[in-house]
Amino acid sequence: MHGPICDLPVTFERASLLAGKVEIVREISLEFGSGATTVLLGPNGSGKSTLLRLAMGLAQPTSGRISWGGRAEPGPRLAMMFQRPVMLRRTAASNVAYALLRRDDARVAELLKEAGLSELANRPARRLSGGEQQRLALARALARDPEILFLDEPTASLDPAATKAVEDIVQDVAASGVKIVMATHDIGQARRLAGDIVFMARGRIVERADARTFFDAPATKEAAAFLRGDLVI
Amino acid sequence: MDRRILIGALIAAALSIPAVAQDKSIVVASTTSTMDSGLFGHILPLFKAKTGIDVKVISQGTGQALDTGRRGDADVVFVHAKPQEEKFVADGFGVKRFAVMYNDFIVVGPKTDPAGVKGKDIETALKAIMESQAAFISRGDKSGTHAAELALWKAAGIDVETNPGAWYKAIGQGMGAALNTAGASGGYVLSDRGTWLNFKNKGELAILVEGDKRLFNQYGVILVSPAKHASVKKDLAQQFIDWLVSAEGQKAIAGHRINGHPLFFPNAGVPGV
Amino acid sequence: MLDGASALQLIFSGDRALYAIVALSLYVSVAAVLLAALVALPLGALLALVRFPGRTFVIVVLNAFMGLPPVVMGLAIYLLLSRSGPLGFLGILFTPTAMIIAQALLVMPIIAALTRQTIEDLWAEYREELTALRVSPARRVATLIWDARFSLTTTLLAGFGRAAAEVGTVMIVGGNIEGFTRTMTTAIALETSKGDLPLAMGLGAILITLIIAVNALAWGARRVGEIRAG
Repeated sequence: MHGPICDLPVTFERASLLAGKVEIVREISLEFGSGATTVLLGPNGSGKSTLLRLAMGLAQPTSGRISWGGRAEPGPRLAMMFQRPVMLRRTAASNVAYALLRRDDARVAELLKEAGLSELANRPARRLSGGEQQRLALARALARDPEILFLDEPTASLDPAATKAVEDIVQDVAASGVKIVMATHDIGQARRLAGDIVFMARGRIVERADARTFFDAPATKEAAAFLRGDLVI
Repeated sequence: MDRRILIGALIAAALSIPAVAQDKSIVVASTTSTMDSGLFGHILPLFKAKTGIDVKVISQGTGQALDTGRRGDADVVFVHAKPQEEKFVADGFGVKRFAVMYNDFIVVGPKTDPAGVKGKDIETALKAIMESQAAFISRGDKSGTHAAELALWKAAGIDVETNPGAWYKAIGQGMGAALNTAGASGGYVLSDRGTWLNFKNKGELAILVEGDKRLFNQYGVILVSPAKHASVKKDLAQQFIDWLVSAEGQKAIAGHRINGHPLFFPNAGVPGV
Repeated sequence: MLDGASALQLIFSGDRALYAIVALSLYVSVAAVLLAALVALPLGALLALVRFPGRTFVIVVLNAFMGLPPVVMGLAIYLLLSRSGPLGFLGILFTPTAMIIAQALLVMPIIAALTRQTIEDLWAEYREELTALRVSPARRVATLIWDARFSLTTTLLAGFGRAAAEVGTVMIVGGNIEGFTRTMTTAIALETSKGDLPLAMGLGAILITLIIAVNALAWGARRVGEIRAG
């Protein structure tokens, strides 16, 4: 199960992504190493989702480069969960099984249990509630036994109860050794989950610090404004 | 993927079933008048009972039937246009022409008879139709009936082939369709008696001109030449032709009647027809 | 042989000739759709997912052929299969086999075009997830076709509807031979030309009922799909 290929650290070297004439992200240089949860924090449109997609290998930078564990191509043990996950038109259990390389009913049951979805195993996945679908997407992502799990605004459209359910699972996963990189614009969520913060605005990384330092004493004007609740334009 | 292969195999099997099942059969290209009059429905079961041969009839206009024969897509042609049939044989597409039966043409039209043709001879009638600009429906499909119709107009000295006028409507279809059109538009039409007697939508139409010697309509049968197309089922087809002109076949033809009226008159062996 | 008795009487009396005609119509059109699907489903999926050179041209041609008049297709196949034509040696002109092939060619474009649209729409929805899950191209195609199964069933039923309703193709390549290549539509054409309009209309009513039943099936398939898979 565990191959010798390691995708950490994920290294961005002055990576930019242009769409037409618009720079979505500019001159990103950073590194994700193993360890505590990294949270990409920032207002909508700041480029967090795009950065995640670049890190996942779903998009290619138009300049600069990205490497995974020193290699130019990402390995197989990356997984991602999207803000609005797409459920396949089959049962919840089938959705999880789909992500496994080999048929393994026991593992499917285990993953569903971790996500609190055991009772809904045979329900058509698209008929689950928003929160349940999010947890199912998590279970599906975890089925790939990832080294790094990327989460793009996972609870943005959920109510507080569902949000808590998802956050609990994320914390369990982080505790089991998986590196979590999560994008969110919710300051409270960042406080609850982050080990370190990458603060972004207008497509650039504005500040990077461990969580404690960031929240207690933000170094930049924009970060301070954001934490105050001002609109950072 | 397994499912697809299975379906593919099933289709291949299904497609081959009909091809295997038809062994003792021939294809006869004939005209709409023999079909629509119900003649084949009457005589073919008798032939099959005797010989076990399935006769598959493609019903087209004479022109198209002869073309089918030329292409080798039929084993026998059974039509009613003597000049074209003789050319068919002369050109080497057919082996020999045998006369089989005749019927006659009639002019059918609205009971009200606006052109006043009832009881007249064919030449007078056609002239009257043209002069009164009454609607005339022509099959216009190179069939035997169409050829006969054109010959009759020519004999009456009327040119219907170059710009006849709106009263002359060439519809390019079979006899039944022409009768339907005549009935629906109150027009006149030249029909063979057989199709007319069997036609179920007579409505306001009636026979207005009949009995003129020039309305005689002869049918002939020809074996498609195996020399031109090796696929012709020579022996089976010859059995059919032989039966048609035999006493038995001729009796069967005469036996086809509607309300006691015979539709076709057997005349195989009569010279000169 | 069908005579002036009304078609309804014939149905209830179990008239063999009528059943033979209905059975042949179903056999030809169903076989045609299945045959067409073998080619059109993969083709549609290919067009939806792979950007190969000439793709736009293929799509334009396919869309144009969707509107191909059946009688033109009939004529083309007739010329191909005639003994005087290139495929004459097969000897299948004026047989149900020729009718199946001709109808399959007729409905292939519409099945391919609808499949392409369905798969394209579904791929737009699934693309990110399937890419994130590192699904191989072959598996992607299988997943899309499976997940689109209800829409694709509707597509096949649309193809069947087109095949069952047409008369031009089967008349020309089949020859409307009684008891052998006579289908509902060619029988209607024949009875009309014989002036037996009540019978023709009765046959027409049966045909319409058949097509309504097929459309009801299509609707049912969608509903089942929505309920069972969401």
